[in-house]
Amino acid sequence: MIYNLGKKLLSALTVTLITSSFAHASPEDNSLVIAWGSTGPIEHVDNYVNTNRTGIWFSRMVWDQLIYREPKTFEYKPLLAKSWKALSDTVWQFELRQGVKFHNGEAFDADDVVYTLNWISNPKNGVKVQRNVNWIKEARKVGPYTVDVEMKRPFPQAFEFLSGPITIYPNEYYAKVGPDGMHKAPVGTGPMKVVSIKTAEEYVFEKNKGYTWGSPKGEAQVDKMVVREIADVQTQIAELLAGGIDITADISADHVTQIGGVSGFTALQAGTMRTGYIGFDAAGRGNHEPVTKLKVRQAMAHAIDRKSLVKNLIRGDAGVIHTPCFPTQFGCDVNAAVKYEFDQGKAKKLLAEAGYPNGFDIDFYTFRPADWAEAVMGDLAKVGIKAKLTKMPYFALRDKQRKEGTTPMFLMDWGSYSMNDMSAITSHFFKKGPDDFALDDDVANWLEAGDTNSDASVRKANYAKAIKKITGQVYWLPMFNHVRNYGYRKELKFIPYQDEIPRFWQYGWK
Amino acid sequence: MIVYTIKRIFVAFLILLVVSGLTFSLSHLSADPALTIAGEQASDEDIEAVRKLYGFDKPVVEQYFNWLSSALQGDLGKSYHYKAPVVEMISGRIGTTMTLGFLAILFALVVSIPLGTIAAMRPNSIIDRFALLLAVFGQALPTFWFALMMIILFGVWLRWLPISGNTSWAHFVMPTIALGYYATPALMRLTRAGMIEVLSSDYIRTAKAKGLLPVSVLFKHALRNAIIPVVALAAVWFGFMLGGSIVIETIFNLKGIGWLSYDALLRSDLPVVQAIVLIFASFYVILTLFADLLNAYLDPRISVR
Repeated sequence: MIYNLGKKLLSALTVTLITSSFAHASPEDNSLVIAWGSTGPIEHVDNYVNTNRTGIWFSRMVWDQLIYREPKTFEYKPLLAKSWKALSDTVWQFELRQGVKFHNGEAFDADDVVYTLNWISNPKNGVKVQRNVNWIKEARKVGPYTVDVEMKRPFPQAFEFLSGPITIYPNEYYAKVGPDGMHKAPVGTGPMKVVSIKTAEEYVFEKNKGYTWGSPKGEAQVDKMVVREIADVQTQIAELLAGGIDITADISADHVTQIGGVSGFTALQAGTMRTGYIGFDAAGRGNHEPVTKLKVRQAMAHAIDRKSLVKNLIRGDAGVIHTPCFPTQFGCDVNAAVKYEFDQGKAKKLLAEAGYPNGFDIDFYTFRPADWAEAVMGDLAKVGIKAKLTKMPYFALRDKQRKEGTTPMFLMDWGSYSMNDMSAITSHFFKKGPDDFALDDDVANWLEAGDTNSDASVRKANYAKAIKKITGQVYWLPMFNHVRNYGYRKELKFIPYQDEIPRFWQYGWK
Repeated sequence: MIVYTIKRIFVAFLILLVVSGLTFSLSHLSADPALTIAGEQASDEDIEAVRKLYGFDKPVVEQYFNWLSSALQGDLGKSYHYKAPVVEMISGRIGTTMTLGFLAILFALVVSIPLGTIAAMRPNSIIDRFALLLAVFGQALPTFWFALMMIILFGVWLRWLPISGNTSWAHFVMPTIALGYYATPALMRLTRAGMIEVLSSDYIRTAKAKGLLPVSVLFKHALRNAIIPVVALAAVWFGFMLGGSIVIETIFNLKGIGWLSYDALLRSDLPVVQAIVLIFASFYVILTLFADLLNAYLDPRISVR
């Protein structure tokens, strides 16, 4: 009897274990399980409360913008707005698409656009990233499907925001539930509907079957999707290999090689617009004498073999960058940049001219993998510069930089919030803000002129001057564009983009 | 005994107060919370506004006493990151951590007590050596490595067990073994030492001489006495496991308090960090207090000293 009971128990145990380990998505039921979140969970799914980059994938699935930016060509296309025209330097008029419905059945019209834009631009409502919205003066309803949007001043980057972080909410629903209600039960017009949310754990979506109005985003390729937030990359990889998930990101370059070698899986390193750079305390905010000298910074630029670093450590689609912006971004004129070839003889000569024939010691900071910084240190050591590396978490390093200014040299990067306009990176770092270590009046003025003029040629001319001076003075040594590493099942149709925004609804089975 | 108990409770409170003060000051020194809340695009003005809004411009001592006074009333503040009350966040996740901690200590006791007993009954035998080998492995193996090896074997190769999540009891099997195995050596060695001492004592010899069955001598007379310090140590280990589950919860994606503390540390979510440290410290202090009082009750000489 005991033997029989034991047998039954063992059998039940085996069945449970097998079914639980194989209960995952597959091409058969047209569903998909994605592991995301090694960079941290979404803090709040309301697009205007969230400050974390991770929230972007969610917002693109559930909501739509007025304008669509084609992710490969960066061309603007109609989305919720079917056309637009400039009424003046500061006013745009949008004709809205008809026949679009929110997930809760509410019809989309001008009231939703006016409500959303006026709500987010009112500082009292506390939108977390003010930069995204504080350029809007007012939105006015002109007709049931016509809206005028007035800006506080000429703001040439407006379409980057209207095609990016500014998503349109259903006015009646949002007025009723507010940000916390939207967090619990998000409602949008996007290609996927939310089924359930377990914060920091799991998000379940189903296809929005009403998304058939010809959106350039395209309909969802799968019927059901589960996005799991798994913090540990090793666990993500194990789940992928065990069949628990279908795709993972943020794996290392070594993992790409390993996963790529396993039958049934593909791994790739896709280039992004995230720009890596070495920053110097050129303005002497922390009294770091050597790096305040131009010849020292030039010497360092010549001493570092960026090509080798990209080839051996970053790999994939990464490439050396010479501009303080990503080349596809508006105004990022590669020809305006002063380029520094790898020449350690020249570096030594420049160091001697600067008064450091035997080099010097310097503190070097990063939050990125230590091997990248160590490769730079190796090159610098060859010309006599002994760099001492301190690796810190991102926020702690930024805090140290901003408050203490005690970081003479730092390897960092910037993703521009996926905006294809150089104001999103260069103006952030060189317009005398808290992250500006050059404090150059000319550069700040040129960038301001570029940021606020609606004439594209004027913008380009000013930005080119800024690029020339930033690179000529080596305020930054631009390094390389980052890659994002993915591993996924071979049968999966997967499309990576340079702007680092995952468009999960486009993933499907071959 | 009463004086001793009052003294121990007073010391426990004092420890908690010091822990809360240290956690508060160290966490505020390690990062600027205003910068964390404002996000990376924030200007100096935005950061200053946040500083004022949250009261970070006030002296740290004042901030600490404000926090302490709210904490004593059960309000541990709001998470900077998730914008949710910390009490809600912790209460929603403590079940996972308690389940894991309880199962792990149970696993450790189930393995260590029989093994320690058998080893004590046959000192220096092959079984004793095997138990010693297990103990050495248990202490030498890093928990994370052991966890990953189990994942590869049982999750990836054999596909017997789910790798991550906490939706079924099967999800707790590997985390329980990984966490519990770490406590096994100490408990087993203590059981073994206690049993060797007890088995050589006069009353066991007398019990044997009276013709009692060996099973009765072993379980009724020997183990019952030898196990008391093991239970006290297990109570302390349980506290350690709640704190030590950070690594295990992260690896197995269990999303309990351990994971929450790791996540909060990564993004300088200070109210969450402070609350978790305080809760873990409280567990530790209460369990140690319990062990001290139990020992004093069993051996009155301790309270006299």
